[in-house]
Amino acid sequence: MNAQSQKPAPFLFFITLAVCLFMFVPVIISIMAGLVNNYRIGLESGLTLRWINEVWSIYGSTVSASILLALACVICTLLLGVPCAYALARSKSRCARAFEETLMLPVAVPGLATALALILAYGNINFLRQSYGFILIGHVLFTLPFMVKTVSSAFQRPDLLAIEEAARTLGASFTQRFLGVLVPAVFPSILAGMLMVFTLSIGEFNLTWMLHTPLTRTLPVGLADSYASMRIEVGSAYTLIFILVILPILWLLQGFANWAQKRYGT
Amino acid sequence: MIIEKTRIDIIDCAKTYPDGTRGLKPVNLTIHPGEVIALLGPSGCGKTTLLRLLAGLETADAGSKILFAGRDVTRLPVEKRDIGMVFQSYALFPQMSVESNIAYGLKVRGVPASEQRKTVGELIDLVHLNGLEKKRPGELSGGQRQRVALARAVAIKPQVLLLDEPLAALDAKLKETLRDELADLLRRLGITAVHVTHDQQEALAIADRLAIMSAGEIIQVGDGESLYRKPAHPFVAQFLGRVNRIERDENAIFHGLISFGDVALSCPDHLKSQTAVLLRPEDIKLVPAIESLPQVTIERRAFLGDRVQLQLKTHNQQVLMAEQPGDTVFRVGETVSLHIDTIRLMPANNH
Repeated sequence: MNAQSQKPAPFLFFITLAVCLFMFVPVIISIMAGLVNNYRIGLESGLTLRWINEVWSIYGSTVSASILLALACVICTLLLGVPCAYALARSKSRCARAFEETLMLPVAVPGLATALALILAYGNINFLRQSYGFILIGHVLFTLPFMVKTVSSAFQRPDLLAIEEAARTLGASFTQRFLGVLVPAVFPSILAGMLMVFTLSIGEFNLTWMLHTPLTRTLPVGLADSYASMRIEVGSAYTLIFILVILPILWLLQGFANWAQKRYGT
Repeated sequence: MIIEKTRIDIIDCAKTYPDGTRGLKPVNLTIHPGEVIALLGPSGCGKTTLLRLLAGLETADAGSKILFAGRDVTRLPVEKRDIGMVFQSYALFPQMSVESNIAYGLKVRGVPASEQRKTVGELIDLVHLNGLEKKRPGELSGGQRQRVALARAVAIKPQVLLLDEPLAALDAKLKETLRDELADLLRRLGITAVHVTHDQQEALAIADRLAIMSAGEIIQVGDGESLYRKPAHPFVAQFLGRVNRIERDENAIFHGLISFGDVALSCPDHLKSQTAVLLRPEDIKLVPAIESLPQVTIERRAFLGDRVQLQLKTHNQQVLMAEQPGDTVFRVGETVSLHIDTIRLMPANNH
């Protein structure tokens, strides 16, 4: 490394600072709006936790609903996605390639359209329409390709092919080698996929907004509802809760993924 | 560790790929119980295909037959074949410790834990991995990984051990050490082993017999010395070690001579019809120039430590390589004479 590259570049520093400010100021203002008595008056009106309490009493259930829904979505994509990824990675047929393409469709098609299709197809099955299961189906549809793509590319690595052959020569049956050797070997990729699915599911709005009922609301849908129907301070307090709930979970998951990568990564 | 010695019969074994290319023409080979055989040949010669057919990782064409101890295993899937295989990349299970890697084959066979521990302990001693039992493959050196792969493959006491370029991923110095270790270990285990390699030194050092392969065929099978000295096919002579090709014109053939432009040597009877003959560099002796022997000029001299490699040019403009002891005094530009024992000459054409 020569000395020249170590010199501080004031211009770059200024740009970075400006971009950071540009992105953080709205977040800070939004958070502050949820903590003041009156947004129009500003800080002089005094700080309060009133709005947060109010949000918690009205929308508190959406927090646990969203987390549980995201977890259920992770489990579903895991059970459906990992075997599917393996099958796609090992299949050489043209059908498999075509299937991979269609799998990506819900990502490209607007969520509203996917939701509408689901409602048209299954909307008249009442118990389903009225439960969180309906939203879960939408979320799985939307997040499955992310899990499949991530894990499938791991299964396709040449070292994974060799490991599978090695397990076979040692006498392992399909179940033994799939669960005992292959899945642990792609575990870091599975974790990455899980993290992505969780993140996408917890913040999903498009699909959920179409699929939800007054009794099945998630955090983002509740947020939209509070913005539309209540004081700006309530909506802002809601954002604050969203950030407070999501950030620690994401950090935790990311930390776990990093740990697994270090421990199991090749 | 006692391993059963299994005889292997390969009968008319062929492999055609779905796109129609012939990976292996029908080959026949009998591997004696406890023998180490090397499949040696350039890349694309079908040696790996044959190994994978033995393993069951590829399906042989109809009419092929593979027998392990007389039992037909041709249609048996890999899992049921009872083989041990060492892969070029070692293919160790990255998330498992050294012990668990070695014990894996026993575990999936439902061997009791106490017995697993005993076998793993024996193998750790055998391949000198003591103290590394709890390490993961990622924390091991290349040589250590190779030993884990070997221990894992023999832990199940397989009928046959298949080695797919087991030393190719190692650097030259380590390769030599591990080569001798591997040869020694295979003898001690007494296991029937098939060793695929493109490295002739490795094959000569490890195997009892070598099967030289080219273009999907086995060209010749035999021990190293007979293949080196009495190749049945020019390909074998050229592939195993180095050879000079000495051309013979019509005049030389007519008079039964091998001509060097000045003095000609009389051609041995069995080579009289050959349009060219082969001669190994170490079979050319150089003596100070005399008129009764063919004379050559030294064009290049390379000192290789234990020996000196010399490039020579004959009077009829043929280029020959000769290898002389390291203390050879001849220099570039000097004229010297060839002293060739015509018994060492080999045919360059088939039959």
